[in-house]
Amino acid sequence: MTGESSNEIKHETTIFAEPIFHIGNFTITNALLNSWLSVIILVVFLMAVSKKINKVPRGIQNFFEMILEIGLKFADSITGNRKKSEKFLPICLTFFLFILVNNYLGLFPFVGSIGFIKSAYGERVFVPMFRGATADINTTLALAVMAIISSHVIGVKSIGGWKHINKFLNIKSILQISKRIKKDWTVILSAPINVFVGILEIIGEFSRIASLSFRLFGNIFAGEVLIVSITMLAAWAVPVPFMFLEIFVGLVQALVFSTLTMVFMAMNSQVHDH
Amino acid sequence: MEGQSMVALAKALTIAIGVIIPAFAIGKIGAKAMESIGRNPESAEKIQVPMIISAAMAEAIAIYVLIIALTIK
Repeated sequence: MTGESSNEIKHETTIFAEPIFHIGNFTITNALLNSWLSVIILVVFLMAVSKKINKVPRGIQNFFEMILEIGLKFADSITGNRKKSEKFLPICLTFFLFILVNNYLGLFPFVGSIGFIKSAYGERVFVPMFRGATADINTTLALAVMAIISSHVIGVKSIGGWKHINKFLNIKSILQISKRIKKDWTVILSAPINVFVGILEIIGEFSRIASLSFRLFGNIFAGEVLIVSITMLAAWAVPVPFMFLEIFVGLVQALVFSTLTMVFMAMNSQVHDH
Repeated sequence: MEGQSMVALAKALTIAIGVIIPAFAIGKIGAKAMESIGRNPESAEKIQVPMIISAAMAEAIAIYVLIIALTIK
């Protein structure tokens, strides 16, 4: 990029969210403001819906009962068990609604355009006040860590701590060498291999965190950059199909995140027997 | 070659080469889904959702490439 005069204001989409103000030592970024806004929207809306619950549903309660029915049927096709679905669905549906509202808030008119100008390093930069929360790697990383930790907690609650630990650090196979070696002497070779495979599974868990967070962040951030670039080229009517694409992508990414969380929970709550 | 042109070349080549195989994979997923819907039209709703999820997984690989291309400096 050629050098710009110091009187021009730079508009750039940065990968990291810009800080707006500080409370003590804690930085409030524009993505954090957006996620607070989406939490307020969700809480206010859902509390208003749940104020009056009738036995015979009508109107908006009907709509949400339909969503719940579809969600339970979908969860049944993954877990195969209605009781497990009722335990897993609250967390996964919360992830879905939170990510969906955040993705769509990034497309609203006031997000990314209202802001202030900051001078740094001799040039003036435009800093938007609001920015899509899922377009910030911190939000998606936090969501992915929460999803994996909750899948482990559900695994421990379902099958017990000893069996869950044995999926990763396969101590049980070492303890059973003395029992099984009389029947089958190759156990002394296969048990250390099982231990090593278990340790590799731990690395697999970290790769799950990375893939969940990067998939969501990359899709939404790339969508923002795409819309900014197309608007720079032709601002009249041409960005509309790209906005439609972003609506679709936001829905699909929220669905994929919550489906994968449910798949991990279902896998962790099963005992895999040889 | 100087720094800036090397950086630009690296960004362009990363994204250009990196999305070849994910694009091919998504096309293959879609093709197989179309084929099986054509053979059995009643199973369309059952195939739709897993197809979208598989396409999102394959697309995630291309997104990893995009992140690297965006952060090369």
